[in-house]
Amino acid sequence: MNVLTDNLSLFREGFIGTVELTVVSGIIAMVLGVIIAAFRVSPVPPLRVFGTLWVNILRNTPLTLLFLVAFFILPKILFPDVDSFVLGVVALGFYTSSFIAEALRSGINTVPMGQAEAARAIGMSFTQVMRVVVLPQATRAVIAPMGSIFIALTKNSAIAGGFDNVDLFNVTKTLSNDGYDITMIFIWVTVAYLIITYAINGAFRLLEHRMEVAR
Amino acid sequence: MKLRKSVALAAAVAALSLTATACGGKEGSAGDKPKGPDGKDTKALSYTVKKDASVDSPVFKDAKKRGKLVIGAKADQPYLGFQDQSTKEYSGFDIEIAKMIAADLGFSAKQIEWKTVDSGARETTVSKGDVDLMIGTYTINDERKKQIDFAGPYYHAGASLLVRKDEKDIKGPETVRGKKVCSIVGSTPLQNIKKPKYGAKVTELSKYSECVAQMLNNQVDAVTTDDAILMGYAAQNPGKLKVVGKPFSAEPYGVGLKKGDKALQKAVADAIKAHQENGDYKKAFEATIGKSGSEYKNPPAFTDPK
Repeated sequence: MNVLTDNLSLFREGFIGTVELTVVSGIIAMVLGVIIAAFRVSPVPPLRVFGTLWVNILRNTPLTLLFLVAFFILPKILFPDVDSFVLGVVALGFYTSSFIAEALRSGINTVPMGQAEAARAIGMSFTQVMRVVVLPQATRAVIAPMGSIFIALTKNSAIAGGFDNVDLFNVTKTLSNDGYDITMIFIWVTVAYLIITYAINGAFRLLEHRMEVAR
Repeated sequence: MKLRKSVALAAAVAALSLTATACGGKEGSAGDKPKGPDGKDTKALSYTVKKDASVDSPVFKDAKKRGKLVIGAKADQPYLGFQDQSTKEYSGFDIEIAKMIAADLGFSAKQIEWKTVDSGARETTVSKGDVDLMIGTYTINDERKKQIDFAGPYYHAGASLLVRKDEKDIKGPETVRGKKVCSIVGSTPLQNIKKPKYGAKVTELSKYSECVAQMLNNQVDAVTTDDAILMGYAAQNPGKLKVVGKPFSAEPYGVGLKKGDKALQKAVADAIKAHQENGDYKKAFEATIGKSGSEYKNPPAFTDPK
């Protein structure tokens, strides 16, 4: 018990760190994921190839490897002296974007082909077809898997703790090195993660109820 | 369509292998597979195994019954506790200390079962009984003493700084203000150098080899941890790295053992004392950390057991 009370400020810092990493990389992942999903279903072959490469490379590479690339290669060739938080959210965001793109694509596949064809037939452009007809329906279908992706993202953010970011994982290392009872540290860190993941879970539940439609 | 698919596949494979090899190269140069301490020097060291050793301790009796003494060690600290990945053999100063203790407890070097234990898991491993003794740059502190007992200290290390050979600004902990200093996630030296007194900007990575790699790439300016560990890395990268300044913290290394096992604690302490007196300690020091440039100091006085 005193692990928590003795180190409250450290825990708070770690908690905020994990939330920040999750939120910022979540936003990056959403934006990139939507773009890549559109690429993957677009009628332009080079865009489709790009989307396929993006998803397959990022999704199939271990996240730790992506972090190593972000921390040891990127600063060397692109931007020296870049903040480790930025590198962390880039690695996390890019990785997660491939999962979001795939979830969205499967959502898009739930929309009957005929609807897109009908939209095209009345003269809508590709962007309009996506924006007005396909994506709103696809979104509803992907809310549940999306929630899982964001919960996974929260947990994946622990890897950033090993790469110069202060988060909950980082806190466990600090405290266990100080010699505090490791069992208690783990219990409190688990509770902290549960708070975050249950919040995400709840938010997605709410969205699901709001956007429910009878089919 | 078929062509497009195979082109995409080939490109993906090429890109993947590129990233993979790039990483592999990095790791390698960081010293993940270094030359390691010269095993020949420590081969000459041997300790007489006591035949009639007997300690009134459950841990000792279990070890006797199984015919093996399980010792927790470090595998990534050259000249202290280091495992050669090709031969799986351990070497270093801590390893020699472990062999001395084992000999006095009646176990030959062959009867030692080594186990690599992560820093964060040391207390748990010892108190659960997964290892009989923990000997791996293990600093004695009060919070740890609540969970396990220590015998020692057998060596006094102190936090220091490792820098590039051409570094001129950093001469000690007082000169790191605003500089980037790297250490392991959650380690004490890191918390130390962060203090307003020193005011360094810190980088936390999960392995010392990663810190060393970042330093060789000019990403960070210094690496901090116990001087004995840093000397090992400096010796591994001759001509590129050096240790600067006086040690600025006290890290007394002890042997970790199960809480309340007074008999074993005393036996371990006696074993270390005996070998310090007969000169084995000094010989082991010179064959291991002595090689990395550390000066021999007389061993510290024992505080545990009192």
